[in-house]
Amino acid sequence: MTSSPLTAEAPAPQTTPVRGRRRVRLRRYGRRDIPVLVVLLGIPVLLDLALIWATTVASIGLSFTSYNGVTAIKWVGLRNYEQIFTIYLPFWTAVRNNLLWLGVLGLVATPLGLFFAVLLDKQIRFTRVYQSIFYMPVVLSLAVVGFIAQLIYSRDYGVLNSLLGRGSHPIDWLGDSKINIWAVLVAAVWRHAGYVMILYLAGLKAVDPALKEAAVIDGANERQTFFRVVFPTLRPINIIVVVITVIEALRAFDIVYAINSGRNGLELLSVLVTANIVGEASRIGFGSAIAVILLATSIGFVIAYLTQIIREDRQ
Amino acid sequence: MSRSPADRPGGLPMTSRRSILRGALAGASAFAVPAALAACGKSDTGSGSGGSTNKNVTFGSNYSDDVPKKAIADVMAKMQSDKGYTVKVNTVDHNSFQENITRYLQGSPDDVFTWFAGFRMQYFAAQGLATPIDDVWQTIGANYSDAFKKASTGQDGKMYFVPFYNYPWALFYRKSVFEAKGYQIPKTIDEFKTLCAKIKTDGMVPIGFADKDGWPAFGTFDQLNMRMNGYDFHVALMAGKQSWTDPKVKNVFDLWAGLLPYHQPGSLGRTWQDAAQGLVSKQSAMYLLGSFVAQQFQPADLPDLDFFAFPEVDSQYGQDAVEAPIDGFMISHKAKNVAGAKELLKFLGSADAQNVYLKSDPSDVGANKQADASGYNAIQKKAATFIGEAKQISQFLDRDSNPTFASTVAIPAFQQFINSPGDIDSLLKNVDAQAKSIYAAGN
Repeated sequence: MTSSPLTAEAPAPQTTPVRGRRRVRLRRYGRRDIPVLVVLLGIPVLLDLALIWATTVASIGLSFTSYNGVTAIKWVGLRNYEQIFTIYLPFWTAVRNNLLWLGVLGLVATPLGLFFAVLLDKQIRFTRVYQSIFYMPVVLSLAVVGFIAQLIYSRDYGVLNSLLGRGSHPIDWLGDSKINIWAVLVAAVWRHAGYVMILYLAGLKAVDPALKEAAVIDGANERQTFFRVVFPTLRPINIIVVVITVIEALRAFDIVYAINSGRNGLELLSVLVTANIVGEASRIGFGSAIAVILLATSIGFVIAYLTQIIREDRQ
Repeated sequence: MSRSPADRPGGLPMTSRRSILRGALAGASAFAVPAALAACGKSDTGSGSGGSTNKNVTFGSNYSDDVPKKAIADVMAKMQSDKGYTVKVNTVDHNSFQENITRYLQGSPDDVFTWFAGFRMQYFAAQGLATPIDDVWQTIGANYSDAFKKASTGQDGKMYFVPFYNYPWALFYRKSVFEAKGYQIPKTIDEFKTLCAKIKTDGMVPIGFADKDGWPAFGTFDQLNMRMNGYDFHVALMAGKQSWTDPKVKNVFDLWAGLLPYHQPGSLGRTWQDAAQGLVSKQSAMYLLGSFVAQQFQPADLPDLDFFAFPEVDSQYGQDAVEAPIDGFMISHKAKNVAGAKELLKFLGSADAQNVYLKSDPSDVGANKQADASGYNAIQKKAATFIGEAKQISQFLDRDSNPTFASTVAIPAFQQFINSPGDIDSLLKNVDAQAKSIYAAGN
């Protein structure tokens, strides 16, 4: 069920005749359509400028200031950055956690999702049931996932400690700052694998069966068929999955926020931005500086990957 | 051919990218919050007579739980019947109200709003976000002790705040447990340690403890610091006038580290409600918390609950200081009906209004001296005496200090201390560096 919209909406590849037709139409209805086009294009462009570009620039500007939301904005140069890197303890924990998040999503959750997709694509019995089960955590908001995680991991009444028979010496899965990030990552992987699975499932459904048949005729075994023939044709999906994984890892927020407001070992950059800006603290300049660091990192990842892809495409 | 399915999910990163930018730009978008905040507010208007415009007052409330919300509605109904004022109550979730207070006060705030006494009140008053109410105090002042008056005074010496009720922090215990085991109330820190050791050998948790939310450990620090270094040093430290690297502060953490083995383990994954359940179920013998711990007791168990002051550490300071945070009201600087708002504050500062509110409350104590104590339960009666006899009253770490410092520095630092109590020096050095920067920036 969940995969049907993905395959159903597959748009036809744009070809030259289509573009040509549109140009003709444009010329024919030019006069009357110009205001419509201006409105239809102008509003999104304005919104884009106002909500994305203006706020980005504002954030970058604010990151060099000290501002509490009330009294005048004071220019402080690089002081916020200097303090973040030197005395703001949660920052480096957050950086480490974000990298850990990226590593685990990329190296565990994503291959797991691909594995599920390949299995389910084989039309084993109850495929739809498994598919729904794996996909369910994606539908649940991470805040709900966080709540479920508490029921499982709680030291005092959690299911996990009872299952492990540690009633008298319970492990503090969420309170111990050395292990809580791993406990949370399990929940995050559970969710991300379902997400990746559904993307790959859609991709696999569209792989031309003739390719596989040809591979089999040429004497490839199942493994070779998958890695040499099927996987390369999934390349567009792979790009999306990588980008999504990076973005998910950098914007991770709600699950740790639901568990303990992202403190005590569960710090993430996004949480630190919120804690400094949105809370009563109103340390807007300082929080903006963390936001800019997060922005630079995410853009760095995305640009690096996309340029590589584009370069490969050209070759 | 196989490209097509990729095009559809191709839309996904777009949305994600936007969200990430939006996240990154919380700074700018945060300004949009007041509108949402105002929209969230539910109207509890008592309706009725339109009357002249100056008989209408708006009231921003963070009393969002069912019981206090109803109690506030009752208070406002009495305002309507006694004085003929119609009060429009906008209730916002307690935590959201606190988090959005700066933007709320700069947007279109209500005439009167709920807030806390101490530095946290002074902070907003100093930024010109509140209206001084010295004339209100001329009416109600006689019914308040000096400690309350002091807690309601801004840094400029003007009055900004009307106290409504308060509640003490102390060591809570069950009488039946202490009787059954023959425990005596400890007067000094040595007696306290001996008692803790005995409780531990009896197979109970000596001191219930929870710090998942970060703030409950503030209560422990406040008690230790005031007992060890006195109220004046404590308040100066909170206000950024003393250094966190002072050996006096280190001594407090050393003492605390010695007591940590008697605290309930696994505190950083536990909420105060769960720790309170340990006291209810007699697994913990004592629990250092505000008297709101009583909310976790069934009415039948409530008479068994009792408390005592945190034991003396230094005889110079004895048990003089009591931590008793005051909740109350202020007038915003943008109030549309200042005269009406002042009338409302005069009423809220009266014993009449506080009596109505306290009917529904098992743990708080009316701030007005004349508040009717006949309806109090044993805890409330004892709390009223306890606070009344205090030589100094502190608020709470996050009310006595800069809100930025409390939430972004103190919470992580205290949690780190609880995790690894061994490394106090470098921790305090870091706290001091951050505190200096935050207090110097004035935000």
